Amino acid sequence: MRTDDLIDALSAELEPAPARAVGNRLALGLAIGAVLSVAVMVLWLGVRADLMHAMRTGPFWMKFAYAFSVAALGFGLIDRLARPDGEGGVFGPLILAPLAMMIALAFYQMIEAPDDQRMALMMGGSSQVCARNIVVLSLPIFLGLFWSLRELAPTRLTLAGAVAGVVAGAVGTVVYALHCTENAAPFVAIWYTLGIAAMGALGALLGRALLRW
Amino acid sequence: MVEAEAELKALMVRSLKGDGAAYGELLRKLQGFLRAYYRRRIGRAAEAEDLLQETLIAMHTRRQTYDPERPFTAWLHAIARYKLIDHFRRHNRRAEDPLDDAGQLFGAQDASAVEAQLDVERMLRWLPEKTRALIRSVKIDGLSTAEAAARHGLSESAVKVGVHRGLKALGQKVGDGP
Repeated sequence: MRTDDLIDALSAELEPAPARAVGNRLALGLAIGAVLSVAVMVLWLGVRADLMHAMRTGPFWMKFAYAFSVAALGFGLIDRLARPDGEGGVFGPLILAPLAMMIALAFYQMIEAPDDQRMALMMGGSSQVCARNIVVLSLPIFLGLFWSLRELAPTRLTLAGAVAGVVAGAVGTVVYALHCTENAAPFVAIWYTLGIAAMGALGALLGRALLRW
Repeated sequence: MVEAEAELKALMVRSLKGDGAAYGELLRKLQGFLRAYYRRRIGRAAEAEDLLQETLIAMHTRRQTYDPERPFTAWLHAIARYKLIDHFRRHNRRAEDPLDDAGQLFGAQDASAVEAQLDVERMLRWLPEKTRALIRSVKIDGLSTAEAAARHGLSESAVKVGVHRGLKALGQKVGDGP
């Protein structure tokens, strides 16, 4: 095909591009994945029985704030990385801030606690399943975000995949927090973070293969 | 470069609103820059042309990723560069990361290449339509004699003769030719 003919064909079929298309597309993939994730959580694990009571306590909101802020900052980052000339900008280093605060809070609780309770603060009662459950609940969101990104134009594929994985992991963690009854900051800093990081690693591994265009 | 940015960006903004005429003009302007960019980095003209077309299609299907708050030339350069790296990877060559920036896609060298191309187009208008088409195929699009013969439905020798006569006529017209 001659390039001039191609140009004629492309300009003949031109349709207006919707404004804010990148953010909307990502939000759509995220929302579809999140709905599926909530459904899996309700059917498989169940919402914690004392949710209404827990919502009036600090630890519930600590977990929620941690996961939600990672998700929100990660979403800002992926909205940039989904564009060919996208750079992380301020969101890049900022996404580490919630993690730093979570670790600081965990250390504070560890220092304040009596010697014989420190192990319990870290291991809680569900350390063996926590990260695994977060990964399972994050997978639908992960697929939704990758589905969105394939329509967009990331050029740093490993990085874009990793950040999409972290966002999926963080939203999956928000969903998991509706089930999980752990209250200690050290537990959250270790096991929630491990689940989110595992999703980030998965995204980094798959980014180059799945996000090519 | 600064001029190119303002002009191309204005065309792109109109294109995103669905203005097909502005879009056609934009793509025609871009093909000169992109052709020069790929030809300098890929030896074979036909391969460079394929990559140029692939880039135009990629730019078309992903045009919603352009943010009018940001420079258009940087956006296009990122796509052109990505497609070049992807091309090297696909062909199992050393996937070297071209250390260039948008200035090299829209730089002075390319602009003069585009201008030279425009001069050639102007001169070609002196020739009869048929001869002009032959010269364009062989000397500008970089087709082989056989490919040009197939495209124009002529024998190979007719293509050679046509190109030769056309170039001779141009040389006489310009005055310093053989």
